[in-house]
Amino acid sequence: MQARAKGMSATGPVLELSGISKHFGGVNALADVDFVLDGGQVHGLVGENGAGKSTLMKIIAGVHTDFEGTMRLDGVEVRFRSAHDARAAGIGMVYQELSVVRDLSVAENVFLGRQPTGTLGLIAWRHMMREAGDHLRGLGIDVDPQARMGALPVGLQQLVELSRVLFSGARVIILDEPTSALSPPEIDRLFGLLRKLRDDGRTIVFISHFLDDVLRVSDTVTIFRNGRKVATGAAANIEKRWIIERMIGAGNDALEAGYTQDIRLEGRDDTQIVLEVDQLSFGRAYRGVSLNVRAGEVLGLYGFMGCGQLELVRTLFGGLKPDHGTIRLEGNPVRMSNTAAARRAGIAFVPESRRSMLFLLEPMYKNVSISILERLSRFLLKPSREREIAAEQGRRLRIVPASVERRVGTFSGGNQQKIALAKWLNFLPKVLILSEPTRGMDVGAKADVVRIVQGLRDEGVAILVASTEPETVLAMADRVLVMKKGEIVHEFADEVISKDRLLAAA
Amino acid sequence: MSTPGTDTTPQRKPTATPRTSLRLRDHLKKIAPFITLLFLIVFFSVASPASFLTWNNLTNILTQISVTGIIATGLTFVILCAEIDLSVGSVANAVGIVLAFFTAQDASVNIANVPLPGWVAIVLALTSAVIFGLVTAFGVTRIGIPSFIMTLAMLQIGAGVCAMLVRGQIAYNVPDVIKVLGTKALGPIPWIVIVAALVLAAGHFVLTYTRFGRYVYMVGGNREAAEYSGVNVRAVVASVMIIGAVCSGFAGMLGVAHLGSAQQDEFVDYLLDSIAAVVVGGTSLFGGQGGIPNTIIGLFVLGVLNNGLDHVKIDSFLKVLIRGLILLTALIINIYAQRIRSRSLEE
Ligand SMILES: Nc1ncnc2c1ncn2[C@@H]1O[C@H](COP(=O)(O)OP(=O)(O)OP(=O)(O)O)[C@@H](O)[C@H]1O
Ligand SMILES: [Mg+2]
Repeated sequence: MQARAKGMSATGPVLELSGISKHFGGVNALADVDFVLDGGQVHGLVGENGAGKSTLMKIIAGVHTDFEGTMRLDGVEVRFRSAHDARAAGIGMVYQELSVVRDLSVAENVFLGRQPTGTLGLIAWRHMMREAGDHLRGLGIDVDPQARMGALPVGLQQLVELSRVLFSGARVIILDEPTSALSPPEIDRLFGLLRKLRDDGRTIVFISHFLDDVLRVSDTVTIFRNGRKVATGAAANIEKRWIIERMIGAGNDALEAGYTQDIRLEGRDDTQIVLEVDQLSFGRAYRGVSLNVRAGEVLGLYGFMGCGQLELVRTLFGGLKPDHGTIRLEGNPVRMSNTAAARRAGIAFVPESRRSMLFLLEPMYKNVSISILERLSRFLLKPSREREIAAEQGRRLRIVPASVERRVGTFSGGNQQKIALAKWLNFLPKVLILSEPTRGMDVGAKADVVRIVQGLRDEGVAILVASTEPETVLAMADRVLVMKKGEIVHEFADEVISKDRLLAAA
Repeated sequence: MSTPGTDTTPQRKPTATPRTSLRLRDHLKKIAPFITLLFLIVFFSVASPASFLTWNNLTNILTQISVTGIIATGLTFVILCAEIDLSVGSVANAVGIVLAFFTAQDASVNIANVPLPGWVAIVLALTSAVIFGLVTAFGVTRIGIPSFIMTLAMLQIGAGVCAMLVRGQIAYNVPDVIKVLGTKALGPIPWIVIVAALVLAAGHFVLTYTRFGRYVYMVGGNREAAEYSGVNVRAVVASVMIIGAVCSGFAGMLGVAHLGSAQQDEFVDYLLDSIAAVVVGGTSLFGGQGGIPNTIIGLFVLGVLNNGLDHVKIDSFLKVLIRGLILLTALIINIYAQRIRSRSLEE
């Protein structure tokens, strides 16, 4: 709270947008938006999936150059012709989709596009490595600057990408869902840094679907809905419920749960054990993991980024081969030589990264049907059936726009996530493994996913939800395992649990 | 919102030019090969109307692109999967020679060959093509050798098989069925053209209407996503490599009949021609985009160009250079088109 008071040292408008409209084909992504960014402030931006947040920010960052309306920087009208122009004007953006260069080192990613050079214009490697190391440590990231970016877990990649923009010297810093892969301590560190940057007079835009986070770090909050700006207010005077009302309408009080209160876990021991894992180990990622999931049960797997859960869930889907241990399905040991074998055995998996689960250039229906083609047809495709099924899933998950022919790359981030989930809901798997199932979804969509997962559970599916977000685990799980440094360190079953207790165990 | 996001959706407000031109350019890239083809046809028709624009010459062109067309069909599968096969010409050559090796030759041909009934020779030749494909598939999917390197090795191995079997000699005989398909015509249309059309049609059918075809596109589009959707990526990649080898082998058998002889280094040009046909047609080298219709246009562009250059009395040495330049242009357009496509998403 006191941090907020300091933010009042705002220095007047840095960036003023007026009458901004933007269409994609027939879709109005933004309609006549006025938006003002004051200097020395953290400006929170919220709204449903597809509300137009990313689109507006991409206009500011010079990615979308074709739009209607005007933009003033320090009172002077500007029109960026590329992201490069915007960067030169001091505007930096971290995109919702990771845009790191996987084949370069961490240090090169931190300094992408502005490598320090020494005599003769050669890149000052030593200097760069040291600087990058310092920057990252400042964010509390312990990573070798020489490591290859692609070898790091998504969460770390996200932090490295953040640090690139944070330390680039930009005066306007736009962060589009920067915390989706971060653990609570990392988020705290990030917020501390954002406050510091703000007090230095920088302007920060913070987009997130975690409304508590937005309220905690922002000075001003703006709400978008259907491509329009519907409200702006000082964060100090705003409540979460007020935001939700403006985002998706009144009567959604249930979405407000902050999971700070106690939750009673109702364990069940009356149904068959479907998935049983015994003493599973994989390299340095995790060791001696044993767990089981019953039919009609949601097992939550909580742990900070890098605790080994990403590798664990991949192993359970046949993507990685364990060094030791056994996996049993309905009592029978299974050896999964590849993911197709896992799918045929009745296991479904949604990974956490959109890029690695969607075919961005293909239409929505082909993305949804890919994992059920074997069930739809022996040999010939049945495209009309595929479209029907995709349309049905689209309605069920409320995917907008409701067009099955649209290329998936043109859906908003949250809707892409829903499409990735949709492909496994066409038929009932025996085991459903979800990694970060609600990452990037707005509150309403999250509630939809919780509802869907609970529906599947009630139909008898054994579900494993792995997440670094305590809220996700608490909202869905009947039983929770906590993973830490590659081992399972705690089990919450048949007892009272809260966010604090969960965090304390991790 | 129920607005479909298709390109045809009418726009109420006229918008500024940059995006419109982006869409136009995206569109242009798609029809560029077709425009090139039209341009070439018009050009050669004007340059040598008497000889180029005749029924006879059309049959010529079709015949000239037939063997390439069969190879390019397999190669389309391979490239759609974001792999490459550099051994197509060599495998075609080797399989053609295997066919001749198991066919009775004239006494004048000094090869220690093993004459067998025609159908056995054909089966053995096709088997050898499958074996080539299996070895490539094993190297690429099991050992993990990049297809570019693996098929380079297979190119050499194919050449080795050719050398061992013919030992510098030339064989002339192939089984009768193959001889008919390679040299005779059904009415006005040569059999080899009909066969090539059927192979291309079959390829198109598999790619567009079957589950396997969909997997080929999806694996090419995003291998990781295919993997996490429970697609057996290795099996798909292995299959396209085998399809590539079988198509090449089949083309080699017909080619040997068509050319009237089986000898070393007979199919060297076909590697470049078939890759060029696929790429000129607009199938993405990054996989996932394109298909047989593209390949057909690419085949015609190359066919018309090769044939047309003969009609305009151009220095035959210059022809070689021109072919190289055409391929380079196609590569540039191909890469550029891909970039525009992904940009239209980021925009
Ligand atoms: N490149 C594109 N082509 C076509 N339509 C697009 C494109 N990018 C975004 N859209 C559409 O514009 C609308 C706004 O999308 P935007 O990405 O700005 O939403 P968002 O508020 O960031 O949502 P999310 O919280 O899901 O990220 C959506 O309907 C989306 O489908
Ligand atoms: Mg967004």
